[in-house]
Amino acid sequence: MLNRYPLWKYLLILVILVVGLIYSLPNLFPAHPAIQISDAQGNALDERQINRVEEALAENGIAIRAMEHEGGQWLIRLQNDDDQLNARDVATDVLGNEATVALNLAEATPSWLQALSASPMTLGLDLRGGVHFLLEVDMDAALTQRLEVNASAMRELLRSERIRYRNTTVEERSLSIDFASSEDRDTARRLINRDFPDFEYSNEGDGRAASLVMTLTDQTINEIQDYAVNQNLTTLRNRVDELGVAEPMVQRQGPNQIVVELPGIQDTVAAKRIVGATANLEFRLEARNDTPDLETERFSFRNDPSRSADLMRDVIITGDSVSSASHSFDENGRPQVNINLDGTGGTLMNRATRTNIGRNMAVLFIEHKSEDRVEVDPETGAETIVRDPYVERGLISLATIQSALGNSFRITGLDSPTEAAELALLLRSGSLAAPIYFVQERTIGPSLGAENIERGLLSVQIGLLLVVIFMLVRYKVFGIFANIALALNLTLLIAIMSMLGATLTLPGIAGIVLTLGMAVDANVLIFERIREELRNGLSIQQAIYAGYERAFTSIVDANITTLLVAVILFSIGTGPVKGFAVTLSIGILTSMFTALLVTRAMVNLTYGRKPVKKLWI
Amino acid sequence: MKPLSQLQIDFMGRRNLAFVISAVLLVISIGAIIFQQLNLGLDFTGGTLVEVRYGTAPSLDAIRQLLETSGFQDVSVQTFGASTEVLIRLQQAFDPDVGGEVVSLLRADGASVDLVRAEFVGAQVGEQLRDQSGLGLMVALGVVMLYVAFRFQYKFALGALLALLHDVIIVVGIFALFQLDFNLTVLAAILAVIGYSLNDTIVVYDRIREAIRTSRIDDMPQIFNEAINATLSRTLATSGTTILVLLALLLLGGDMIQNFAIALLIGVLVGTFSSIYISGALLLPLKLSREDLIPTKKEVDEEEEELP
Repeated sequence: MLNRYPLWKYLLILVILVVGLIYSLPNLFPAHPAIQISDAQGNALDERQINRVEEALAENGIAIRAMEHEGGQWLIRLQNDDDQLNARDVATDVLGNEATVALNLAEATPSWLQALSASPMTLGLDLRGGVHFLLEVDMDAALTQRLEVNASAMRELLRSERIRYRNTTVEERSLSIDFASSEDRDTARRLINRDFPDFEYSNEGDGRAASLVMTLTDQTINEIQDYAVNQNLTTLRNRVDELGVAEPMVQRQGPNQIVVELPGIQDTVAAKRIVGATANLEFRLEARNDTPDLETERFSFRNDPSRSADLMRDVIITGDSVSSASHSFDENGRPQVNINLDGTGGTLMNRATRTNIGRNMAVLFIEHKSEDRVEVDPETGAETIVRDPYVERGLISLATIQSALGNSFRITGLDSPTEAAELALLLRSGSLAAPIYFVQERTIGPSLGAENIERGLLSVQIGLLLVVIFMLVRYKVFGIFANIALALNLTLLIAIMSMLGATLTLPGIAGIVLTLGMAVDANVLIFERIREELRNGLSIQQAIYAGYERAFTSIVDANITTLLVAVILFSIGTGPVKGFAVTLSIGILTSMFTALLVTRAMVNLTYGRKPVKKLWI
Repeated sequence: MKPLSQLQIDFMGRRNLAFVISAVLLVISIGAIIFQQLNLGLDFTGGTLVEVRYGTAPSLDAIRQLLETSGFQDVSVQTFGASTEVLIRLQQAFDPDVGGEVVSLLRADGASVDLVRAEFVGAQVGEQLRDQSGLGLMVALGVVMLYVAFRFQYKFALGALLALLHDVIIVVGIFALFQLDFNLTVLAAILAVIGYSLNDTIVVYDRIREAIRTSRIDDMPQIFNEAINATLSRTLATSGTTILVLLALLLLGGDMIQNFAIALLIGVLVGTFSSIYISGALLLPLKLSREDLIPTKKEVDEEEEELP
């Protein structure tokens, strides 16, 4: 018989709708602004510390919604966003160095929903406020750094095997060593080849002009660059964690870019300094008077450029060997950084200092920076901005080695306690494997975020209302079906976005609004077709059947093409545009489901089992 | 609404008028794009943008002078939405923390100033995005055309492509003509317009295909008229609801998505016009005939039987 669904179809539709309803529910409970307090050393927090914070908050007139503690951390839920920032400042004042205070958003989803692992959609930065950085990893620098390290190791190998070499040069992708004779070169090539398989070797020149050129293979280049980006990701994650931000995002984008999003952060200056810092340390021995010039380099002191010293080219260890670092003050109240090295670092340091007691060891502070200059094309007059990267190296200390150093020691010579603190943080979180540059930055104030949510919601509501009225006036009873389908469509859309963990952005809300407008399209097509079939003289049941049937291909074709466009939009878009593409695609799928199956089920239930005299359409 | 569905408007008879209107719009749009050029947003040009909110409406000239004497170059200052909200654009790139700097400068004379947002886009990123976006548009059009050619026939694909190009050029042209800010969200809107307009076009094409198969006459304009008239009330109803929600978005959605809503609104209007007139009427000069659809007939019939 026409216009009847088997029972399982009704049940399936019902199940989907109930699941949709459940998973969209958490969005009705907006997250509470909160501050999260954890011990700086990772120990459990003292009850008394929390009581002090509680009292201080009360004194400052900040109302507490609830307090919870879990695994040594305390979460204090507050009433509103303004309180949140004040509360953090108050808590930081009270606790000082004892604990880390971070902003957080505490879920307010009821526990029975949490048990079903239902959670609300995450809000994008444009709705929450915060900072968005796009960073670019300098791939060329990653290569040259690796070549420098290899060159240093090769020099050591050659020295230990007593092979004489004259000069080493690092170019973009290759490394060459000059020798005094072809024989030396050949022995060296055999030795180096054994330890460094990642190069393609070629001989150039003969006799006194003999040199060995080693070029990185394409595969190695890819590996190095991939490693650099991944290493930078890890480092940035560590740094962002140290900043104490709730739900930060650090993500790779494309081959050489990294996106960092810090919701709720207002002090972009500090955030940028920590995230983007490329500082690293190098420990080197001071050159002896009789060291050949080829093996030395001259550096000036950071705080006094007129003083300088000659250092050995070879690096004992870099900041990468640091396993932990903290800052404090020495006996004279000057800032210092206490450093612990990892196993290999400790061995290297011990070996270098043991045999060189009495010599000076230098700590070199290295920072990658870049400078912009405007280049004018002489022919077209077009201006382009060229970025010139450069490396700044300066001595921070030069001290006599009194005894063999082991795994832990301290360095002094820093300008200020802030510098010591930041250096310690950077050494802890690891240095960047390759320099990074900021190529994009967006800061969205919290007021704009709140305003965007408010306006977005309002336009969704008004838009929905207008469509509902339009459909009712035009299609009467069928308009009711379409409107119920529209409401269910919105519910499903929100449920799927929440389940996928998609981020809701302002263009995403626009996507929802647009989907609502277009979602009724399928129903309009069907209803118009039913009307037409009625005019053509079909019986009511046949007209309903034919209407759904004949409109089907149009609906599928039209929606698939729109879906294709949405997918392309997703693949080229960044951030907010992606959000729009996601909502649009999900909206197309859910609207097809509700328009084709759900309204059909309602129509079948209403008209399918009995003779109908007149169709209110 | 009944009269509308029974109207038989002779769309094809007036197709020359429609072509003239389209041609005029296209000429104006292309002219505007060439001579006025698009007012590309920060996303595409690179640069720095700072939006601040004042307690009381400030003098824009004073802000401009203050910034220029402080060494910022190419400063553009305008209000954004309200008279107390000021949008400052700087071409100076790669200067860290420029947002904070600007705010503290403006605060120096005692005014109450809040940073609403600060954006900085590197020149290379902008350039990259420009290329990527152009490519995205091409790919979108290409993929869609392939799909239409596969589901219908290549003449339909050509007609749809020309209709879509028509819509895109006119939306972009209007943005160039009125020097509206063309940013990434506007680009997203244009891609959505492609989707939307195509949706309309396909519904009309679907009906034309059906009409050609079932009709006994060979007079194409007549068949097209019937098909377009049959879908007219649907086209207008869908455009109507979409325009309603877009108006809600335009009037209530806030300044940040205003241009997005404008682009979609123009796109929906032009797209509706083009799917009624241009995409159908274009099939006539392409000499679509019944024979073009016969080889695919069997395949489509089979598909229809599989439907639930």
